[in-house]
Amino acid sequence: MDGSDVLLRAHAVTRRWGGLVAVDRVSLALERGTVHAVIGTNGAGKSTLINILSGEIAPSDGRVELLGQDVTGWSQPRRARAGLGRSYQRNTIYPSFSVLENCRLAAQARHQKPWQWWTDAKRCEASVAAAHAAAQRAGLDDLLDRVAGLLSHGQKRQLEIAMCLATAPKVLLLDEPLAGMGAEETDRMLALLADLKAAHAILLVEHDMDAVFRVADRITVMVNGAVLASDSPEAVRSSPEVQAAYLGGH
Amino acid sequence: MTAGRSRVAFVAFAFGALALYPLVAEDYGMDLVTKIMIYALFALSLELLVGSTGLVCFGQAAFFGIGAYAAVLLSPKYDAAPLLWLMPASMGVAAAYALFMGALSLRTRGVYFIMVTLAFAQMAFYVIHDTPLGGGTDGIYLTAKPVLAIGGATLLDLDNSRVIYGFTLACLVAVFGGLALLLRSRFGRALAGIRVNEQRMRATGFSTYPYKLAAFVVSGAIGGLAGFLFAVKDGFVNPEMLGWHQSGAVLIMIILGGLGHLRGALIGAFAFVLLQELFMSEAVFGAFARHWHLGLGLTIIASVALLPRGLVGIPAQVRERLFGRRVGRPFGARGSPGTEARNGRL
Repeated sequence: MDGSDVLLRAHAVTRRWGGLVAVDRVSLALERGTVHAVIGTNGAGKSTLINILSGEIAPSDGRVELLGQDVTGWSQPRRARAGLGRSYQRNTIYPSFSVLENCRLAAQARHQKPWQWWTDAKRCEASVAAAHAAAQRAGLDDLLDRVAGLLSHGQKRQLEIAMCLATAPKVLLLDEPLAGMGAEETDRMLALLADLKAAHAILLVEHDMDAVFRVADRITVMVNGAVLASDSPEAVRSSPEVQAAYLGGH
Repeated sequence: MTAGRSRVAFVAFAFGALALYPLVAEDYGMDLVTKIMIYALFALSLELLVGSTGLVCFGQAAFFGIGAYAAVLLSPKYDAAPLLWLMPASMGVAAAYALFMGALSLRTRGVYFIMVTLAFAQMAFYVIHDTPLGGGTDGIYLTAKPVLAIGGATLLDLDNSRVIYGFTLACLVAVFGGLALLLRSRFGRALAGIRVNEQRMRATGFSTYPYKLAAFVVSGAIGGLAGFLFAVKDGFVNPEMLGWHQSGAVLIMIILGGLGHLRGALIGAFAFVLLQELFMSEAVFGAFARHWHLGLGLTIIASVALLPRGLVGIPAQVRERLFGRRVGRPFGARGSPGTEARNGRL
């Protein structure tokens, strides 16, 4: 019996593109209450791993379990509705909508009711409430009416997280949420992640090593699609293998 | 007056003017405006796909033509068919074809989607054109127009051009209002999300395929309604109605009017048909009227170049020119950001 707090589990997932093995028999478990960072050089397969876990691409081999259920054959929308939220490395927002509408539309995924075409979407109280809560949590409550495309880069990253939270996920897969952020914005985002991990299992793919070591409870190091090491931050930091392959004596 | 109110006022004024027009109109004008309103319905059907959902369908004529042919083929040979049966039936046949066409074409994207929808429309064209079913190149006549009768009393006799005018206007108002409601509902907002960023929609938990397919079927039904009305108005159908020229013309209408706005479809249909009449008029252009395609084409090229947001965008463009206030428009956004950020888009 696994610990009941394992919310997402990957069993030897593999993805081959022709002769190239982008992700090679990667297994990991995401637990509630932990930030699990995945680090590795460019091309190590981190984003592909997130895409496999979230269902955007199918694995060539292996299994993915969400909340104890085998979801390998599930589509991405179905996994999302079951509690798997993800953010993207590049900003993937709705630039022409307001900040609130970006969050509301994300929240609407839980209350779709497409046949109710006579009801104004703004009257969907459940999704409006969830949107407000998510925007506030991500620190965007002053910018609700702003057109999302006009936000600063850091604010767009916050919006990515807010949209993710609006769907009430249990597992968060965050692809470089800190990319391009200033020091102050980074601090705020790390505080948010620390706050979120109580109720969520978080997978964090990130290049900013200082940030990773500040917030991660567990670190998996990937090289050429395979897991080189998976351990506590201290153990990873002192591992000679990891230092040779990646950290460069960090 | 806010932008939202002025849009509602414009639409109310336009429908009011259309309602009063028969008081002053002669037969020619009535027929022309009826035709324009039918094209406006047709343009609205495509606007739902292109402007609202981001699906560039190049086979819209199939729905128009199938609705028209269904109206003729489902009518009894000599007697008038009941309107309440014939109209939904024609729309239903067009919607069924839309279901078939959408189910397969929505598996492709981008330029392939455009080509596949064109192929489906051409397929329907050749079935009508080359088989005994559709009467070949000559088309078929609708001998008796449908009537709405309860008991023995005829309430609506669509043989009368004024009745057709009124009925077409009623259909246009109903479809316009219905689509305006639809677009601000959760379904409509999901379609807008699919247009702007389908990948994100899937990642947040929307299965986008059924949404797009539903939009396709609704669009097909509205296109079929336009075709039905056209067949009833002229009492005649021919394969041209399914031709790709027709799909192209309706695409030009909504681009000319302004994508992303329902009233753009309305304005575009008016502008397109009136421009066509203008360039075909021998009184204005003399012998050159024979080459009306050239004049129409050049005008459309010029207006697309000068009015990137279509005729709908003229007031905003004038304001920006006068006050020098250029509202930043995020990449990939349609319409001004303020409009889009608010919910309802008329």
